[in-house]
Amino acid sequence: MGKFIKWGMLASGLVLLAVGWYLGLAWAPPDREMGDVQRIMYVHVPLQWMAMVAMTVNFVAAVAYLFKASWKWDSAAEASAEVGLVLGTAGMITGAIWGRPTWGVYWSWDPRLTTEAILLVTYTGYLVLRRFVEDPDKRATWSSVVAIIGAINLPIVWFSVRWWRSLHQVQSTPKTVDPEMVLTLRISAFGMLALAIYFMMVRYQQALAERRAEVALPEALGDAGLPPAHNSSKVA
Amino acid sequence: MSLAAPTTPATPATPATPERTRPRAIGVLSATLALLRKDLLIEWRTRARLNAIIFFALATLLMFSFALGPDTKLLEKNAGGYYWLAILFASVLALGESFRVESENACLDGVRLAPADARAIFLSKALGNALLLTALGVILFPVMVGLYGVRIATSPVDLGIILVLGCLALSAPGTVYAAISSNARARDVLLPLLLFPLVIPALLSATKATTLVLQGDPMNQLNSWLGLLSGFNLIYWGVGFLLFPRIIED
Repeated sequence: MGKFIKWGMLASGLVLLAVGWYLGLAWAPPDREMGDVQRIMYVHVPLQWMAMVAMTVNFVAAVAYLFKASWKWDSAAEASAEVGLVLGTAGMITGAIWGRPTWGVYWSWDPRLTTEAILLVTYTGYLVLRRFVEDPDKRATWSSVVAIIGAINLPIVWFSVRWWRSLHQVQSTPKTVDPEMVLTLRISAFGMLALAIYFMMVRYQQALAERRAEVALPEALGDAGLPPAHNSSKVA
Repeated sequence: MSLAAPTTPATPATPATPERTRPRAIGVLSATLALLRKDLLIEWRTRARLNAIIFFALATLLMFSFALGPDTKLLEKNAGGYYWLAILFASVLALGESFRVESENACLDGVRLAPADARAIFLSKALGNALLLTALGVILFPVMVGLYGVRIATSPVDLGIILVLGCLALSAPGTVYAAISSNARARDVLLPLLLFPLVIPALLSATKATTLVLQGDPMNQLNSWLGLLSGFNLIYWGVGFLLFPRIIED
């Protein structure tokens, strides 16, 4: 069942993205001011949305781990943070490519861009911490705390375009943009969502297998009379 | 040095009831004060940490003037930023050191065994760090007046409020992260990597507020920056207070 969902997510993600990007390039109208340059929106915006979704999953998994210590939640947190960081970085690069022809610069110190950069550095720090702590129990608890503290940035990034009205446009709504643009954006976003879920599932399985290998090792040597070093009962 | 020694009542030789052999639980506030007193006493007796961070911050302030050349106008204009960067860089030293004291001879285990709330450890460490950084800020200011030629345009009280709020804002998330990184590999890299992105809002508002105090505040913006700084403090002291026991548990 899990395998079916996983490959189904990959297939539907690729198909939806292909359709969405085809529509974005060939069917959706060009923007009144930016012209064809605006078509990068169908790549940039889904990337950023799904980065936010993945980082929210990371926050939920971190909180869940503190309530119920299970390697599943820890693995989910690791998987979602990595996927979120990759998507967010890709989103930032596409944003810079969009920024060059429209704003004249790749990077401006606009609040949206600055808060997003802070967010990405925060999650880099989170992943670095995970690499620097060997004890799986401590790693899971500490990184959960760091993830919860870092997640305070998420609403700041999201609302930054409304709090500080600056260069970056505010979120477009179906009321303010062409229906053809909205439909194309939605298809692209769902395609990216399916792809993000696929990435997270693959990474989650790898992370869980890593945890199992880490905590199972002392018990595999159980005949030698060594006590288990870690709480392997958390591997459900 | 253990917390248990001065605050736990001595066990009677022949206990009347089994309950009396158990040490009395200590309230968060009194445990915090006891720990803070212990930390400050260690600090006062060695003065190693304070001396180190003062010279480090002074060197940072000097380096800014060397890096930018003797442009007095530029230095004066950006003095608020340099002042807070010096405090931020020094805070990494101070925070890292605050848990190194406990890791020697496994002192943290002794403190943790005391019948007190673990959150008192967070409060005492964070308050101690904030006190140390505030003292540093007070010492740095006259140096900045000498080096950069700044003047206070509004009121010294405002500057004091900014200093206290800014140091509190650096020390709350800093204490949480110092507790984590003190036990991890590559702790010297980890602490700034985790802390710097997080405290950007605090650094930004403290810097802007300091610049307003130094150069005048015709648009009356100071209160909004102080509000942001207070909000930051409220969030991170709250989160640190709630989550800290999970970090130091085994």
